[in-house]
Amino acid sequence: MKKIEAIIKPFKLDEVKKALTEAGVTGMTVSEVKGFGRQKGHSEVYRGAEYVVDFIPKIKIEAAVNAELVPAVVERILTAARTGKIGDGKIFVFDLEEVIRIRTGERGKEAL
Amino acid sequence: MKSHLRKWTKWMLCLAALMLVAGTILPAMAADEPKPGDNAASAAAAPAAPAAAPAPVPDPTGANSGTISDTIGAAVNAPTDNDIKMYGKSEPLALKLGAVIGHNRVAINMVWTLVCGFLVMYMQVGFAMVETGFTRAKNASHTMAMNIMIYIVGILAYWLIGFALQMGGGGGNAGLGGGGVLNGEFVVKLFGKDFGLFGTKGFCLGENVYDTAVFTLFLFNMVFMDTAATIPTGAMAERWKFSAFMVYGFAMAGIIYPLYANWVWGGGWLSQLGNNFGLGHGHVDFAGSSVVHMTGGVCALVGAWVLGPRLGKYNNDGTANAIPGHHIPMAVVGTLILAFGWFGFNPGSTLAGTDLRIAVVAVNTMLASAAGGLSGAIYMWIKYGKPDLSMSCNGLLAGLVAITAPCAFVTAPAAVLIGLVAGALCCFSVFFLDRKIRVDDPVGAVAVHGANGAWGVLALGLFADGKYGDGFNGVKGTVTGLLYGDASQFFAQVIGMVTNIVFVAIASFITFKIIDLIIGMRVSEEVEMVGLDQHEVAVEAYPDFNTRKTSL
Repeated sequence: MKKIEAIIKPFKLDEVKKALTEAGVTGMTVSEVKGFGRQKGHSEVYRGAEYVVDFIPKIKIEAAVNAELVPAVVERILTAARTGKIGDGKIFVFDLEEVIRIRTGERGKEAL
Repeated sequence: MKSHLRKWTKWMLCLAALMLVAGTILPAMAADEPKPGDNAASAAAAPAAPAAAPAPVPDPTGANSGTISDTIGAAVNAPTDNDIKMYGKSEPLALKLGAVIGHNRVAINMVWTLVCGFLVMYMQVGFAMVETGFTRAKNASHTMAMNIMIYIVGILAYWLIGFALQMGGGGGNAGLGGGGVLNGEFVVKLFGKDFGLFGTKGFCLGENVYDTAVFTLFLFNMVFMDTAATIPTGAMAERWKFSAFMVYGFAMAGIIYPLYANWVWGGGWLSQLGNNFGLGHGHVDFAGSSVVHMTGGVCALVGAWVLGPRLGKYNNDGTANAIPGHHIPMAVVGTLILAFGWFGFNPGSTLAGTDLRIAVVAVNTMLASAAGGLSGAIYMWIKYGKPDLSMSCNGLLAGLVAITAPCAFVTAPAAVLIGLVAGALCCFSVFFLDRKIRVDDPVGAVAVHGANGAWGVLALGLFADGKYGDGFNGVKGTVTGLLYGDASQFFAQVIGMVTNIVFVAIASFITFKIIDLIIGMRVSEEVEMVGLDQHEVAVEAYPDFNTRKTSL
């Protein structure tokens, strides 16, 4: 089992969600997050004074998937979330030790 | 915690006792000295009162307000005093019907004035939203709390003493059916002329002023006072100790505002510059560019300066940081509510729905607001590449402030010009304050109300076209500005403006310094960092935005 964590542009959420469910991902957790990468935020002007927004709003998607699904899922996120412009985000893939469904107590792949 | 509670209970009891005592003693005291005051026309250009009657009697139901004499001069073909004397005997029914017509005229005026007063009260909503929108989320409840508390404190302080000091010698208003019981003005003699300083009748709206016209004047003038009093809460937001603010509320509503307002609207010395020294019609301020907005703006400047800038506003090298407001849509809605309320502010200041000049006043108000908003937006567009929304709002309000004094006296093109200047002046003033003298005004209150209040009264002195205002402040002829041939009117405007700056600045400085000595003006650094919501008013504006336990 693997855990996929993707940081994407907020307006790309719907497309990415659709792509993931089509790839067979059965559940996901979404959070509104803020951060920066190489772009280092951007500057805005308020009442004539410039200020830097260090942390830009992003969406973080977390999904636990079967290991064999990972290449397809990553591929689909890449197509769905890409605009080609700076700030498209990143995908992280982790090993997942255990999954437990709270209602039934099922473990492992059964619980996914 | 407990000792805290006891302290406050004690304070509140003292306050209540004070109000009770004042409520019984002050009206009685005023009743003892029936001094013939200055009966000249009051703020609005209402028709002059008919021949002097015996000592005025209050009219608590209004049933006796409005007589046939109120029809004299009401229109081009209205009956004259002579007509009534000549035909009255032979046509008794006409005489009675004439009395009803007179009563109805007063009723129209009173309804108009009250409804416009209600619109001005609604401006409190606008102020609350603009100020809160332009400040940070952690101080949103505190800013809102100041806006509602200034209404609460303002009404009571104004009822206690403010109204009497302002209007107690103004002679009421003939168009509203009288109110002649307001006839006590404290006057000093200088250069052989009378200088009215403050009124002495009407404390706590006691028995001797229990009169419908007086109560109408109270409501209308109270909401104007409150507009002035709520202006500094914007400039001083995000760092002002709430208890200090409460004391300020009493001082502003009870003393500072009423004094200057008496001089201009209550028959005081600035309004008599025309009668006494031949300066036009005296200082003319139709709806309050100086009386309301400049007073608020100058007080806001002094207050923001005494308080000092918010933490993090200025860097060590003196450059300013932007501290963006947390809810720009709220500020935009507030701006539009203010623009709506202004249709009560300016046209209502005729105090007469039978004065059809209200149409011109309303359109001039509308035009100036648009011109101000446009020039504010364009100024920012040219200078910073984008039509900054917050400055478009400020520009629109600046246009409204500037047209407030001249709205009844200028042509439509002049109104647009006044608005265009106002929007740019507002932007310029914001940056002057922010960058040059480094006074931190989060919402731009000083620029909008102070700078443009001054521009408004000067604009009247320049552009008044001589079509309106016959008999204003007891001076024959219409109000005419410098560009239409009366330089003395402009001079009277300058005197009024300078007086406002000097008096309000000194009075507010003393008030703020005394408050600072006794309870302190500013919250601690820690409170300011965490946000004033939690520490000063004990309620967060947006608790759901934080992680917290919820129960089902």
